Amino acid sequence: MDGLVLLANSAAQADPTSIFEPASPPAESIRTLAILVFVIALFIFFVVEFILFYSIWRFRRRKQAGGADQAGGDPTAEPPQVYGSKPIEVAWTAAPALIVFVLVLVAARTLWEVKPDVPTPSPGDNALYVTAIGHQWWWEFHYTSYNGEPLDFITANELHVPVGDDGTPRPVYLTLLSADVIHSFWVPRLAGKLDLIPGVTNTLWFQTTEPGLYLGQCAEYCGTQHAGMLLRVYVDTPDDFETWLANQRKPAVDDPAVAEGKAAFLSESCINCHRVRGTPAAGTYAPDLTHLMSRETLASGLVPNDRENLRKWINNPHDIKEGCLMPAFGLSPEKLDLIVDYLATLK
Amino acid sequence: MAVAERQLDMASQAAARPAWTAVLHDWVTSADHKKIGIMYILMGTVFLVIAGAQALVMRWQLVYARHDFVSPDVFNQLFTMHGTTMVFFVGMPMIIGMANYVVPLQIGARDMAFPRLNALGFWLTLFGGLLVYFSYATGGAPALGWFAYSPLTTKTFARSAATDFWALGLIVSGFGTIAAGVNFVATIVTMRAPGMTFRKIPFYPWTILWTSVQILIAIPPLTAALIMVMFDRQLGAHFFDPQNNGSAVLWQHLFWFFGHPEVYILILPIFGIVSEVIPVFSRKVLFGYEFMAAATMAIAFISLGVWAHHMFVIGMSRTLDMYFAVASLLVSIPTGIKFFNWLATMYGGRISMDSPMLFCMGFLAMFLIGGLTGIMLALAPFDFQLSDSYFVVGHFHWVLIGGTLFGLFAGFHYWYPKATGRMLSERMAKWQFWLLLIGFFLTFGPMHISGMLGMPRRIFTYEADRGWELWNQISTIGAFIQAPSYVIFVWNLVWSLRHGRPAGDDPWDAYTLEWATTSPPPAYNFDQLPVVHSRRPLWDAKHPDDPDWQYE
Amino acid sequence: MSAQAVALPTPPPIEPERTLPPALWGTIAFLVSEGAFFATLIVSYITFLNRDITGPTPAEVLSLSLVAVTTTCLLSSSFTIHAAEKALKRGALGGFTFWWAVTIALGIAFLAGTAYEWTGLIRDDGLTINTNLFGTTFYTLVGFHAFHVTVGVIVMLTILGLALRHKVTAQQENAIAPVALYWHFVDGVWIVVFLVVYIIGR
Repeated sequence: MDGLVLLANSAAQADPTSIFEPASPPAESIRTLAILVFVIALFIFFVVEFILFYSIWRFRRRKQAGGADQAGGDPTAEPPQVYGSKPIEVAWTAAPALIVFVLVLVAARTLWEVKPDVPTPSPGDNALYVTAIGHQWWWEFHYTSYNGEPLDFITANELHVPVGDDGTPRPVYLTLLSADVIHSFWVPRLAGKLDLIPGVTNTLWFQTTEPGLYLGQCAEYCGTQHAGMLLRVYVDTPDDFETWLANQRKPAVDDPAVAEGKAAFLSESCINCHRVRGTPAAGTYAPDLTHLMSRETLASGLVPNDRENLRKWINNPHDIKEGCLMPAFGLSPEKLDLIVDYLATLK
Repeated sequence: MAVAERQLDMASQAAARPAWTAVLHDWVTSADHKKIGIMYILMGTVFLVIAGAQALVMRWQLVYARHDFVSPDVFNQLFTMHGTTMVFFVGMPMIIGMANYVVPLQIGARDMAFPRLNALGFWLTLFGGLLVYFSYATGGAPALGWFAYSPLTTKTFARSAATDFWALGLIVSGFGTIAAGVNFVATIVTMRAPGMTFRKIPFYPWTILWTSVQILIAIPPLTAALIMVMFDRQLGAHFFDPQNNGSAVLWQHLFWFFGHPEVYILILPIFGIVSEVIPVFSRKVLFGYEFMAAATMAIAFISLGVWAHHMFVIGMSRTLDMYFAVASLLVSIPTGIKFFNWLATMYGGRISMDSPMLFCMGFLAMFLIGGLTGIMLALAPFDFQLSDSYFVVGHFHWVLIGGTLFGLFAGFHYWYPKATGRMLSERMAKWQFWLLLIGFFLTFGPMHISGMLGMPRRIFTYEADRGWELWNQISTIGAFIQAPSYVIFVWNLVWSLRHGRPAGDDPWDAYTLEWATTSPPPAYNFDQLPVVHSRRPLWDAKHPDDPDWQYE
Repeated sequence: MSAQAVALPTPPPIEPERTLPPALWGTIAFLVSEGAFFATLIVSYITFLNRDITGPTPAEVLSLSLVAVTTTCLLSSSFTIHAAEKALKRGALGGFTFWWAVTIALGIAFLAGTAYEWTGLIRDDGLTINTNLFGTTFYTLVGFHAFHVTVGVIVMLTILGLALRHKVTAQQENAIAPVALYWHFVDGVWIVVFLVVYIIGR
């Protein structure tokens, strides 16, 4: 239910991924820097373009009947030749150098603000630690610690984090890894982007005091469905977050009403890639399905997660996400329905 | 004597036009720097049309959110080929071709130092381009992006041989580019006309000299890195293979060590062209030649140490971030010096807005903006937001079209009369200019906005709720406004060959040696090697009472 | 323009510029690009030093004694080619041919040493280009250097053939100089490769 409200919120937000709508300290620092630089750039722009257009207008060759042009002399005569001037050159070397100096200082300050040292988890730190692993073309989130308490569950594509307030900031530290090629984690309203590189460990920090849904997507070209590698960050109230955590930590729902569906699921090759905790399905190549129905979207944010889309997806994922790595298995409609029935219970 | 011979020659040609096979044979086997220069430019023009068409397809795909005009793979191949083509087979050949034509004439030489090496360089470049396009024969071009970040290039993620053709093509054309660089250095250092000391060299050859130095230093690392890609793919080596502790980041370092100087390889010669055109059409001497010359060298050297500003988002240490930000910002100082000197050259002059000058003014007005957005991108933290977004796409198109292409067009309009003996149509030039300017603004201006609204580059489609659709639609309209301007340009080149006003030897009343010979120049360029006393030998000749060498 | 009979200023006389011939400048430019190429390979070698999880490692398989001999061969060939050049300048064609042949022999000795080393590495140690990062970077770096030595040897053999047919004269000094310069460069690169691969990296 909460989710629906959030979905509505995101629709109401005109520019849900604008870098000028920051909601987290790193993004705010960068916006401050951006505005300052824009002001400086606009100033330079107007000064130089003014000189340029003024020169063109003032010194253009005027072909008048009288023959006298602005220099007051013979229109065929050459204007005075000025070869250069050392003081002037020094002056316009110094001016940009000064601007560069100022820019370096503000850039350094901003850099240290947005890239602080990353603390290690400790009890009572209110900090959430998640390992985000980029896959072609989805996100794996491995929750490792919250408020100093170790966590160990995996979800996909939708990151849930707690909202902080002025008294208790709740920082989020994402350890970024990649399972295949380079991806980039970019939720513009929360922080600048940072790459997920195979063989490299990066850490991204953000924290916010505004609950809501924050959108983003992969920002480093990573193959066919780079455009379909969307990203959703849900900033929940602390209570909602605790509820969500408690649910995620549980193994999968085992509803006897869909035992037949579960059997069908486990008999197919689904289990080679997908995991459902508490069942023999233990694949790690594809999104964890333990709490599939707690997610609002399918296919890494491309379509709402409802029965119809789920069925369409399993029938042929390429109808929704052309070129994705999950093949169409050619299941019979009956089996398809059984499996969808089962998956729909994984709340 | 020579003129008479040539007239005779033309008369006999009119009497019996040689068979097209003979003409073709003449061109293909030519080692004349002028013919090779023209072939480079023709090659660039053909690839420009191809890569332009690819751009239009991409723009049409992006006109609506979730538009389904081309498939994701086709789109990904399109931007890979568009980028590769524009950089390696449009920008570089046009720059090298123009320099090939003009530099020996401007320094008063009869040809390049190594004419046959020159021909080899061209043919390697062309065959490199053909090899890259041969990748389509494998069932599709590579889908990597032009900087082809590993491990996308490993066998695991790029199974087809398309990637091999791409890498091989770039290696081959890289050898061609190095050959051209070697040739320019030897030519400019050893073959200047008597009296043309290094301090009296015209500005364009001076920029080409430093461009060549950059070619010599920057292209081989790319060649080496591409060979590593080939070794990984063909021999099972592990350079860029993270599964075996290879490094995906090493590729980025090597690529951008090439890639950033490459940007200056594409812009320094333009600075040279602009520094030739503005003085002639302002009727003034270039202001502050020494500072301009020093600024060129400074840019050439600083640009070798800034490459990782393309890599701020890989998660470098703060110290490295800062180093590369500062080094990149430093480039803006010599660039600023150049800008102010151009303005000072115009100031107090008598400016005529003929088409070469018009394009130079377009260059100044546009390149400034590209430079300023470049400063934004150089600020590491700002780049965390902007990197790999459409802001970057807007920025580098602003620099490459507003800078390189406007400058190249200035050069084409300036030297076409020399190469053909005919003037380009000013009317068509004005249409070309304004359509290009307006279309360019509409195409790439909105990209800065969509980038700041969070749109990443290289996405074949986007979501409707992001607020990007409008900006993309304006971009697409702009692209279709730009397209005819290129058609007009090509048509102008063809039409004026027959119908253009005869140019005479020196239509612009210019200052440098290429205007001292006939249009088009004879195969040997000059009947007598000219003797030079200043940076503007023709000014000296036209103003014997007040020559330049008194003041230099 | 100048209606009055004003004496026109006369320019200062032109002093001829002294510079190296185009072929040498071309060679220098080419060698700058070669330097950039090898620098890239060397940087890659250093990047991957000690990053392997699996062997063999350089310390296990590289023999310093063998490479000391080949290095001596290659470095002394720089002196012999210089002697050949000097002989040519003097007009002593016999001396040129002799020292030139010695240079080639030393180059071939170096290549033979490399071939022997590689045979051992491949057959006895099982180190190929796809074994590990050491294999990858070692064969690429040392291989490209050996390739350059091979090209040098082929070019020098061609010139030796011409010399034996008495087609090389003192006037061709300018054609010989680029080859000598290239050979010095290849030697210089080897010093760096030797230090990086066999001293620092071992």
